[in-house]
Amino acid sequence: MAAIETEKQRGRYAALAIAAVVIVLGIPLWWKTTETYRAWLPFSQINELDSLQLQLSVEVEVVLSRGTLSPEQQKKVPLSQTREQEHQIDAKTVLRYRYETKYRTATIMEEDALNQPSAQEADLSLHMLSESACGSVVVYIIPETSTLLPADVKVYVGQRRTALLRAALFEGTAGLKEVLSTLEPQVKQVVDTMSFSHQDILAALSDRIRVGQVSKESLADSMRAIKSSPGYEITFSLLNPDPKSHSLHWDIEGAVNSYIQPLLDKLNPIANFSVDSQILYYAVLGVNPRFDNSVSAYTLNADSLAHVINPVEARLGSNAASSNPVLNFLLYVPDAQHSPLFIRDHSKREIPSNAFHSPRWGGIMVYNVNDMYGPEAEFPVDINISMSKVMGVFLAQLRLMLGVQKTQPPPGFVLQSAGSEGLADWELDRLMWSRSVENIATASTTITSLAQLLDQISNIVINDNIAQQVSSAVTSLQAAVAELEAGNLAFALQYSREAILASERAFFDPSLLHLLYFPDDQKFAIYIPLFLPMCVPIVLSLLKIANEIRQRRADKLAKKD
Amino acid sequence: WGISRLPALWLKLKRLSLVGRLRRGTEGKWPRLPDSCEEELLIRPLHSGDIYASFQFRTLWDTDFLHQGKKVSHYRLFPKSLGQVLSKFSVRELHISFTQGYWRTMQWGQPIVPSPPGAELWVWFHNTVADVDGNWKELTNVLSGIFCASLNFIDSTNTVQPSASFKPLGLGNATDHRFLRYATLPREIVCTENLTPWKKLLPCGSKAGLAVLMKSEKLFHSSFHSQAVHIRPVCKDWQCSSTAWELRQTLNVVFDLYTSGQGKKEWSLFKMFSRTLTEACPLASSSKVYVDVTDNPELFDLSPATSVLNTAVVLGDRRTYSVYDLTQKETFGQLRSLNLVLRWKGESDMLRPLLHAERYVAGFGLQTGEIHTLIYNNHPYRAFPVLLLDSVPWYLRLYIHTLTVTSKTRENKPSYIHYQPSKDRLRPHLLEMLVQLPPHSVTEVTVQFERALLKWTEYTPDPNHGFYVGSSVISALVPSVVAMDTNNTQERPLFSSFFPTKEESSYFVRVYTEPLLVNLPTPDFSMPYNVICLTCTVVAVGYGSFYNLLTRTFQVEEPSQPLAKRLANVIRRIRGVPLL
Repeated sequence: MAAIETEKQRGRYAALAIAAVVIVLGIPLWWKTTETYRAWLPFSQINELDSLQLQLSVEVEVVLSRGTLSPEQQKKVPLSQTREQEHQIDAKTVLRYRYETKYRTATIMEEDALNQPSAQEADLSLHMLSESACGSVVVYIIPETSTLLPADVKVYVGQRRTALLRAALFEGTAGLKEVLSTLEPQVKQVVDTMSFSHQDILAALSDRIRVGQVSKESLADSMRAIKSSPGYEITFSLLNPDPKSHSLHWDIEGAVNSYIQPLLDKLNPIANFSVDSQILYYAVLGVNPRFDNSVSAYTLNADSLAHVINPVEARLGSNAASSNPVLNFLLYVPDAQHSPLFIRDHSKREIPSNAFHSPRWGGIMVYNVNDMYGPEAEFPVDINISMSKVMGVFLAQLRLMLGVQKTQPPPGFVLQSAGSEGLADWELDRLMWSRSVENIATASTTITSLAQLLDQISNIVINDNIAQQVSSAVTSLQAAVAELEAGNLAFALQYSREAILASERAFFDPSLLHLLYFPDDQKFAIYIPLFLPMCVPIVLSLLKIANEIRQRRADKLAKKD
Repeated sequence: WGISRLPALWLKLKRLSLVGRLRRGTEGKWPRLPDSCEEELLIRPLHSGDIYASFQFRTLWDTDFLHQGKKVSHYRLFPKSLGQVLSKFSVRELHISFTQGYWRTMQWGQPIVPSPPGAELWVWFHNTVADVDGNWKELTNVLSGIFCASLNFIDSTNTVQPSASFKPLGLGNATDHRFLRYATLPREIVCTENLTPWKKLLPCGSKAGLAVLMKSEKLFHSSFHSQAVHIRPVCKDWQCSSTAWELRQTLNVVFDLYTSGQGKKEWSLFKMFSRTLTEACPLASSSKVYVDVTDNPELFDLSPATSVLNTAVVLGDRRTYSVYDLTQKETFGQLRSLNLVLRWKGESDMLRPLLHAERYVAGFGLQTGEIHTLIYNNHPYRAFPVLLLDSVPWYLRLYIHTLTVTSKTRENKPSYIHYQPSKDRLRPHLLEMLVQLPPHSVTEVTVQFERALLKWTEYTPDPNHGFYVGSSVISALVPSVVAMDTNNTQERPLFSSFFPTKEESSYFVRVYTEPLLVNLPTPDFSMPYNVICLTCTVVAVGYGSFYNLLTRTFQVEEPSQPLAKRLANVIRRIRGVPLL
């Protein structure tokens, strides 16, 4: 009987040992050999990015020129003040604006510069004296009596980052505090014009926040402007539907060099641009213009313009050599039978520029040539296209597409028209503010959604290069946010561009898809023939052992009783 | 005109000479344009009763795509998409062809522009390119997008660098074949979606000129269809003082009108293309239709007749062509449309092509086989050398020691052999040979191979269809019957100037053989799952008995009573007697 008992005991130990080997060795081995490789991702940092807390810092320098302060007041400057605004946009988005205002008196050289006969010259010589940092604003307070500005002009905004503000002479009795507090609202108005406004920033965040919070105009502006991208392709196409009658010549190379290239050079910090052009023959619009007897011309109504683009676009062709978004500008010369052609707006009036644009796509201009030759002309007629007229229209459309909005100045403001570049430094700053914020928002959305996706689907393989892209995107994002906080706009934009590039590269990496569609039922079909016959005896003998132990315990209890 | 407002610009305009017209250069008002285009249609009645129509469109542009620093970005007649490709990938020469059907040399003679069935791409890169393979990979992907073709399937396993067979056709004496890449996709099926992007590259599209004839339902209802794009640098003028880029788009069709025309041997432009010609492309400086009338008048009647005849030496033969100039109003006559009608009258024998080739796979079973290539020299008394290029995929493992070349039952030792062995899953075999063909002979090249077993993911979706092996390419300088015109730049039809000629006594010919279709040993594709199940069962059975053995409780059993005793006991129980 004892022999039987030891034999039973040995069997039990054997079953337990096998179960132990399977659990300790087998299951981890199986787990290790079949697991998908998932590199470590900085999930905690990504979660922090999900709630976007942006602080935008602007350095404002207020320079008080001679005659605006009394000598006692002058003694107390320089001093600096900080003004902060906080906007809680929604649960996950907080915007904080920080204006660091430094007050100082003008240096002798600056006084000299301000004594120039006109505001333009003063602006230029002030620029020669010192170059202000990207994103900052310098406001010169000039006395009421100054002859620099015409009588009804209160503020003059120059081509760079300086503004001249005319202020009343302060009585010597008033303390500096009161003087500055009377100045502050005026300075604020100048800064809001020259730097970002809350609406611009909201429009830049329009992908993240609810639509209702953004004003209609800025939303329209931001929807018209092409999305932020590291590069753009600008293509000018001349559409000649009737080469039998018109032989068109356009000096696109010269026109691009003299009209478009200065603006693009100026915009270089924002993105890389490449420009090309082509001539398309027998390219027609998608709609048939209607003949209007009253003006003896063909007309295109505003509501039919939507159908113009699609058939043309098939001919335009995409850029084979890059994948940047394309901005198309089409110059359409109507054929001899359908000339002249005019575009009409919703109120049936002719549009003076005879052009329209399509948001985020480009612009189309109709160029009538029928009055350039008489009825007796020999076909084909050689026609030279006036590029100044065409480029004026295209340049305006290009500015809209790039999001360089025309600012509506408050009353009493004079904005110096920008020079040959077509863009003042402060306008560029405004664009850079909103582009930085937009890039940060886009990149953080991309990264957080990628992290969510990877978290939810455990089948996805995360390779080291993806982890590296993600962490470089996260570091660039953090750097961009920090630079915005520190007021270094140029660096902030740079880092935000890097962040967007790295995040997109990680998000669209094809290696993420490799094991994505590996269905569970197939996996079980493969595992069952091995696992079922292996596990059933182990589980059964374990159950049996457990039963026996329970039985023995019950026996023992019964004996005790 | 707005010019008076821009004097500086106007000066620039003049300097850049971007304006002007070519055709009306007599006015002197507009300087010569840097680009021009020509279009041409050659119609050759074949002796088999078929019709061969060959379109050629040529755009010449006096510019420099490969100039460092300065980007070419303003396009007029040259298509922008191709120009961007040229400058981005530093391409010196690009030849791409898409062909549906096989050119029957013995029935149809030599084609104007030869091409193998499927897709063929060969590119010479500029010798400043550092990463040729990287450029090649990207270029094939971009071209695949431009032509809607599966060129993205070109990778290192079907790309070779021929050492002698594919010399640049344009200017520049590039000899370093490191910058050459050649690939074919014999499986590629060519259809409308490839024709549409090809037509889009033409300056006039398919709206005017000869291109109006290209209706895809007609073009693809044919025995042979081949479309190609050739880009190369050429001489701008006869002195060759400067170079220009030439874009040559060709489209070759052979219509089988005998079977589709209810047995009547009569055809017209309208019957072939369901269109007639009404105008030239207004942008083209020349627009002509040539009809080969060498064998007339006994072979066919041509109407409307034309008195303009042109003789040109094409492929070593002096041919006569009727020329219809579409830029002249008279060509279109009263009806304002040109519909060429041709009625067959008789039969005539065709001159046998001097060089042609064929290829087949011999052998049985799925393990080994033999590739036979037959090259025919039909010249009665002249021997000439040919270059044979074979690119065989790695899964046919060539036994190069079995390579034999025999002519007239005697061994014919090749004077040059370039062989690059394959690497599994990396590169194909490349075999190039220079073989002297004796006059009036058949030369047979044989090589044995073994079929490799692929991994189960490497099989195509329809593996039982077989695996294609691209055509062999035979390039030769064939002795010419008549003296060739070697002056390259003088005005002559486009179709006669595709291959540059350097010698008067011979002409260049490229012949493609049939592609091969080889069966590989194909497994049952549920095999992996069967293997898994079988292995698991074996493991489970082994494990089960092992487990059983280890955990079973052994005990000594009372030996059971013998059968006789048990029976006795049963009887005893019945009888009520005590048991044993």
